[in-house]
Order: sequence, then structure tokens, then C-alpha cells
Amino acid sequence: MRGFEYVRAADPADAIHAARQTSSAPPTLAPTQFLAGGTTLLDLMKLDIMRPTRVVDISGFRNRTDGIAFDRQGLHLGAFVTMAEAADHPDIRRDYPIIAQSLDLAASAQIRNMATLGGNVLQRTRCSYFRDTSWQACNKRSPGSGCAALRGLNRKHAVLGTSENCIATYPGDFAQALVALGADIEIAGPSGARRVKFEDLHVAPDAHPEIETILNPDELITGFAVPAGPWTRRSLYLKVRDRESYEFALASAAVALDLHDGVVNEARIALGGVATKPWRAREAEAALKGRALSEANARQAAEAAFATTKTHGHNDYKPELGRRTLVRALMQAATVEA
Amino acid sequence: MPNAHDALSSFSVITRRTILSSTAAASAVPLTMTRGQATPNAEPSAAPPLSVDLVVNNRTERLIIDSRTTLLDALREHLNLTGTKKGCDHGQCGACTVHVGGKRVLSCLTLAVSIREPIATIEGLAKQDGSLHPMQQAFIDQDAFQCGYCTPGQIMSAVACVKEGHAGSDAEIREYMSGNLCRCAAYPHIVAAIKQAKSATESG
Ligand SMILES: Cc1cc2nc3c(=O)[nH]c(=O)nc-3n(C[C@H](O)[C@H](O)[C@H](O)COP(=O)(O)OP(=O)(O)OC[C@H]3O[C@@H](n4cnc5c(N)ncnc54)[C@H](O)[C@@H]3O)c2cc1C
Ligand code: SF4
Ligand code: FES
Ligand code: FES
Repeated sequence: MRGFEYVRAADPADAIHAARQTSSAPPTLAPTQFLAGGTTLLDLMKLDIMRPTRVVDISGFRNRTDGIAFDRQGLHLGAFVTMAEAADHPDIRRDYPIIAQSLDLAASAQIRNMATLGGNVLQRTRCSYFRDTSWQACNKRSPGSGCAALRGLNRKHAVLGTSENCIATYPGDFAQALVALGADIEIAGPSGARRVKFEDLHVAPDAHPEIETILNPDELITGFAVPAGPWTRRSLYLKVRDRESYEFALASAAVALDLHDGVVNEARIALGGVATKPWRAREAEAALKGRALSEANARQAAEAAFATTKTHGHNDYKPELGRRTLVRALMQAATVEA
Repeated sequence: MPNAHDALSSFSVITRRTILSSTAAASAVPLTMTRGQATPNAEPSAAPPLSVDLVVNNRTERLIIDSRTTLLDALREHLNLTGTKKGCDHGQCGACTVHVGGKRVLSCLTLAVSIREPIATIEGLAKQDGSLHPMQQAFIDQDAFQCGYCTPGQIMSAVACVKEGHAGSDAEIREYMSGNLCRCAAYPHIVAAIKQAKSATESG
């Protein structure tokens, strides 16, 4: 790990001030980084992939008592709430099972005690070429250097939202729940606060895989607002992976349903493990609206979700795995009590 | 960092580890090198060393360390508490599990300078009189290890797993212990040990 200046922030305003930037690099390459749980940042600093010269410690903002709140609008989650706190919250487990499950099924108990929700949505891809500096070509790590995964081992890579410059999978789970539920994200910066649709936080790689979000480097995520809706209780997160626990998704589906007599009033669907960013499957949602939730209709919706995939050899299996994962998630969600 | 050596001069214990490393290394290398050694693989720091007070197993320890020192390296390299193991150093194995503020965390992905709460390691688990914690005893009784490398992390994780209320069934234990890998695959015995020690750990 390279040396860095360590700054401990007293509060969010202090953190934003300490992170004011002199460079024009995107957050992923910025010389100043926030340290929340550190489970992504320190890992990548040890691998020499992230090289901040200044680290602003915001880990002390964790374990505040006011991080999780409910009202008629819905659920508010503070960005410094840990994954474990949110996953274990009884009201979240009852009213927003999709959120609790996306967190429960992620990482390990130790990591969930450390990691924050804000840091979680900014975790970086697990692409093995990105994580190993002995590979020269990685546009995400070294812009303009190429992409070793296109003709390399790409079994775990994305099939949706790819570009000719990067096919790296967005690895997180929680983000899929936020996308499915139509959450907003709250951001604070030097010139005040802003609120955007969580779905718009991440951007697909296109020409610049190093740009992963719409954030500026001196902006701090402060929270998430999850709207209430008739679909939040009948919801779930299904994750398919190489081993049963402590593993990233090969394919996952976040599903929330508003059903009346077996007919879909509204379906909210997001897909993980298969796309370059948290992926809202609007085509699948539209295919189900107003129809009975039968296995045949679920299959049609899944076909719609994976209508325009691009595979690269080792990951040719993914569209079908993704379709089956979504069908199973829909059929299971239908049996959840609302 | 001469200051770090000064801060550590109170440690004169000769451990299995200092003997191992002093015989393995050239004899010209002074013994203190193993204790005061900077973070392994670290390049020279741009930043000056920092002073940090860590409360480890109810004892306050003042350390003068480089900002990039992980809690794992602070424990092993600076405080000679080598019970906590380094497996992967990247959050993937759980061998480095300790408690901070009563919660199980990975010491390899924690910066020592960032810590504000008391730390408990495997060395602090037994009673003052040397009698073992019920979880330690259960690991012995149930044969829950072979090489033992993952064991300190397994035991620290197991104690927390029970206290969190996540040891309700075999399946729940397996799920909530999945962050601790065992290369010897002692998993069934680890589950048995946790079940044996559960009620004593809950009340302890
Ligand atoms: C072995 C392993 C297995 C894992 N498995 C899974 C899994 O199965 N599923 C899953 O979803 N995740 C998994 N993870 C990823 C883990 O969930 C993330 O590392 C974690 O959530 C990141 O949160 P953090 O608080 O530790 O972030 P940090 O590492 O502290 O920060 C990450 C990045 O976000 C920035 N940042 C942090 N907080 C903010 C904020 N509030 N505003 C702006 N920027 C911020 C930091 O500057 C940094 O660049 C795994 C990680 C490991 C190491
Ligand atoms: S897929 Fe993206 S992250 Fe992986 S090597 Fe290619 S450019 Fe880098
Ligand atoms: S050494 Fe920390 S998780 Fe492996
Ligand atoms: S006992 Fe050998 S690694 Fe677990």
C-alpha cells in the first residue's frame, strides 16, 4: 500500500471540505477517497488499484442511532448505516424483505458489520483483470489501455449494458433492491445537497469505464429514500452463485409485486450479476403488467429482460441462467404474504 | 521509525515467532526488526507516523504507526499478539477476525488509526486464571480444527455469532459462519462446537 495523508472527519460537512479536489479525475481515480467501512477501499489500495494520497476517515459516522427511519412516505436509510444494522432491522425485514435479503446474502457477517450502505453502492467490480495490475489492459483501471476480459476468462462478466471498452459486472446486491423499489439517493457537496433517482447514480461503461457514477469526487452520499408502495412486502432477492454463501452473484433478481387475485397490478424487477450497472428490467415489468402471474407469463417476461444480450464465450450461459433466476424469483415472490 | 521502537521497548517477551524468524533470517538481523518492522510490502510513507491509543483486551497500548498500518499488522507486528492470523489480507478468509466495540470485524481491512472502540482478540478470551472460554473448550472437545490456522478467527467469529443470536440452527450457524474459511474443512465439527458452547456463551 502506498503512503497517504490520514484525515479524520468530524461530521459530513467536514468530510466534504476535506475532500475538496484539485484534480479533475472521476471519483474512482480521485486522489482523495472517503474511508467508510474500508472493505472495498483498503482491499483495492493493497492491490495498488486505488492510490489516494489523502484518505478522509468517515468511519466514525457509523452506528449513529438515527440512521433508519420510517414514515408514510416510506423508508429512509442513512448512508453510514452498516449493512448488518439494516439487514437485522425487524421492520425492514417485515416491510422491505427485498432489502434485508439483498444485504443478508451479501459478503460475510464480519464485512456486513464494517461496511456502510453508502460504500456498498460504490463497491468496484470483481473483474480479475481489473484486480490484478500485472495485466496491462484494463480501461477501468488505466483509461485507454484496452480490455483484457474481452478475449480472456469472462465467465463472470456482464451480458447487459456492456460496451466494446468494458464488460465488467456490477457486483453488488443491495443496489438491485434500491433500483427495483425506485429509491432516490441523497448527495451532499460543497454547493449544497441534491437528490437523484438511485437508478441514475450508476452509468454504463460506454467509452469511459472509469466513470462509474454521476458523483463528483467531493460529494458525499448521505442517504437513500425508499418510497412506500403496495409491492414492498411481497418482495424478495434471489441470488445464484458458485457457492451457497460468501460469494458474488452469477445471476440475481430483485422482485417486488403488487398482485390482485393472481393478476399483476405492478411488478418491479431489477437484475444483478449479469449487467454492468444495477439493472432495472422495464421490459419484463411491462410484459407482466395486467397479466396473470403464471410460469409461462413469467418466462415471457424473462425473455423480454434478456432480449438484447451480448456474450463473450465463457459467459454464453448467463442469459439463460438469468432468465431462469428471474422466473424462479417471480414464482417465489407470488407466494410471499403481502 | 525509531519512535516506534521506543514505544515498543516494553516488549521483551521471546515468543515462538521471534525464535522462528530469528533463526530463519540472517543472524545479522537484530531481533527488534521483527517487532518494530513496518507494514509488510509497504513503500516509504509520504506521511509522518501517527500516535494512536488502542485498548486491546482491556489494556491501553500507545502505538506510533504509519497511517496505512492495518489493525491486523498493529496486533501482530507491533503488539506481538500473533494469535490473530493473516490468511488472505483481503477480506476473503476470516482468519483475522477480532471484535471491535463488541462486533466481529476483519482486522486486515481496518486501519489501526481509525479505531475508536475497544478491541478483543483471541488472547483475551480465556479468564485471568487461564481457564478457557467455553467456545475454546468446545473447539477442543469437538475436534473442531486440524492445522489450527483458521481457529482463532473461527472462535472469535463463533462467539459473536452466538451473541448476535445467529446460532439458532445448523443451517443458520453455517450461513453466519460462512465468512470464516477452513482449508482443513473442519466445518461439521465447528458447527458441533458452536452448538456445545452456545448456552454458556449466551450467559457469559
Ligand atoms: C470478500 C468480500 C466479499 C464480498 N461479497 C459481497 C457480496 O456478495 N455482495 C455485495 O454486495 N458485496 C460484497 N462485498 C463488497 C462489500 O459489500 C463492499 O466492500 C462494502 O459494502 C463497501 O462498503 P464500505 O463502507 O466498506 O466502503 P469503503 O471501502 O469504505 O468505500 C468504498 C468506496 O466508496 C467511497 N465512499 C464510501 N462511502 C461514501 C459516501 N458516503 N459517499 C461517497 N463516497 C463514499 C469511498 O471513497 C471508496 O471509494 C464483498 C467484499 C469482500 C471483501
Ligand atoms: S471488463 Fe472492464 S474492468 Fe475488466 S479488464 Fe475489461 S475494462 Fe477492465
Ligand atoms: S486475513 Fe483478513 S479476511 Fe483473510
Ligand atoms: S483447521 Fe486448518 S484451516 Fe481450519
